[in-house]
Amino acid sequence: MADLNGTSRAMQATRRQPLFTMSADRGWEQRFGMAKQDVVEGFVLWRLSWALGVADIRLRYRGSILGPFWLTLSTAVMIGSMGILYADLFHMDIHTYLPYLGVSLILWNFLGSLVLDAGSCFTGAEGLIKGTRMPFTVHALRSVVRDTIVFAHNVVVIFLLVVLLHVPVSLYSLLAIPGLLLWLIDGFALAFLFGAFCSRFRDVPQIIGSVMQIAFFITPVMWKTNALGSHPGAELLIRLNPFYYLLEVVRGPLLGEDVTIGMVAKALVVSAVLILVSALAFARTRGRLAYWM
Amino acid sequence: MTHLSSFNISVDFPLYHSDNRSLKKSVLGAAGRFGVDRNRRPVVQALRDISFTLRSGDRLGLIGANGSGKTTLLRALSGIYQPSNGTLSIEGRLTSLLDSTLGMNMDLTGRENIRLRGLFLGMSRPDNARLESDVESFAEIGQFIDLPVRNYSSGMVVRLAFAMATAAQPEILLMDEWIMAGDTAFLEKAKQRVEAMVRHADILVLASHSSAIIAQWCNRVIWLEHGRIMADGRPLDVLSEYLPPELFKEVTASIRITPEIGEVGLAEHLQANDG
Repeated sequence: MADLNGTSRAMQATRRQPLFTMSADRGWEQRFGMAKQDVVEGFVLWRLSWALGVADIRLRYRGSILGPFWLTLSTAVMIGSMGILYADLFHMDIHTYLPYLGVSLILWNFLGSLVLDAGSCFTGAEGLIKGTRMPFTVHALRSVVRDTIVFAHNVVVIFLLVVLLHVPVSLYSLLAIPGLLLWLIDGFALAFLFGAFCSRFRDVPQIIGSVMQIAFFITPVMWKTNALGSHPGAELLIRLNPFYYLLEVVRGPLLGEDVTIGMVAKALVVSAVLILVSALAFARTRGRLAYWM
Repeated sequence: MTHLSSFNISVDFPLYHSDNRSLKKSVLGAAGRFGVDRNRRPVVQALRDISFTLRSGDRLGLIGANGSGKTTLLRALSGIYQPSNGTLSIEGRLTSLLDSTLGMNMDLTGRENIRLRGLFLGMSRPDNARLESDVESFAEIGQFIDLPVRNYSSGMVVRLAFAMATAAQPEILLMDEWIMAGDTAFLEKAKQRVEAMVRHADILVLASHSSAIIAQWCNRVIWLEHGRIMADGRPLDVLSEYLPPELFKEVTASIRITPEIGEVGLAEHLQANDG
């Protein structure tokens, strides 16, 4: 009948008669077992995460005529006005600067939203977490789904830029897709890491917000790396900036620029470290999350 | 075999958002429910050494004053709180109705919430459609099913939540006392549904302040006080200890009017007391 050895063996056998046991914390083996089980169960429920993410976006724009296409429109307006202003200020050719700025900003908004929304993925689902036993993975996936839907609406603007400004495109641009998949995995890992941290320490979301603001300025989003030619110190700032590598493996292919193997390797290392730290954090905090709500 | 077992479950709530040092001082001096965990952090001892086993057909009522740990126990039994000590073991599909919103999104319509519920239960599209029509007919909230839940009366929310929780035929149902927000007609219907469920050899755990409801719905009662089990036994036995004599008389009188389980239980109880 009961399994007292402390390992949890939920969802065993068939769906009809699941056996579930949960014991007090018994060290890392049990923690990783439960974290793994959470992720597996969460991915089985991927349709729920998808539906929750879609509902979030639909609710945000319920009753408005343009609906989520307000996202597309406001992004287009922002990039258009900023592009014209900054091309003039920086004395750059608008035909090369505007596509660069547009692609960069849209990608940065996606990356930034993955980081920022990661922090609220559990605190925002307090009702669900305290009301029923549900894999925490569902909430992490939901926030990634939500950000991805917003990004998908902004991608339209990239297409507009390509068509209107006659940007040369080739099949090479498709290499951005594996980079974007890497972002999705990173966003999922971040949701566990920041989600847990922000549940325990309620000041962390504000700190993440400030850090992301700084990251926006020190990462080549609005400006190009060659603008730093004469500042060796500033170059170091970029080289130690994980966002730079992640951004470059997606932006490079989209703009038809070369992406070196070294750049890809660094992006992979950044992601690997992130995934490792997140797995540790999630395994450690999973059993406490409900108490922190 | 459907079962729900709690082995020595204890639950501690960490006190993070308070001033640790001054609290520690007062905690160490004070008896009662404050304590420190292994890392010497202050905690509230919400549950202490809770052990019981429920099997098919058991309908457990939880009684106790506010803050005695009823809701916390329901959450621990749902697998929401990992206990700080002890082990929970469940076999069977479990549904918990801990608050009337049932994790519903208040901005979505009733129908949309039912669909999300179906997805949570891992239902296929046709199963989900069946769930939808079953909930719709049981909840009897008419056109409101297509309005955001925000616009419902509290009674309607209860109807929808109860219908959603029971339509998927859980084998173990955990309910908190909010269910009493329904009107009499609905309560009767809900009781019939739960009885039908328990007749199919399933388990119910119900926390309530209404002794009459406990006496009518349950065949076993646990009385919690300060997070510990004070008494565990047949409903009228435990209620007679728990309630002041005059209130207990009122409860038995009310059961006399609506017989079923009450009549038999009461007769047995009176006999036991005579002897």
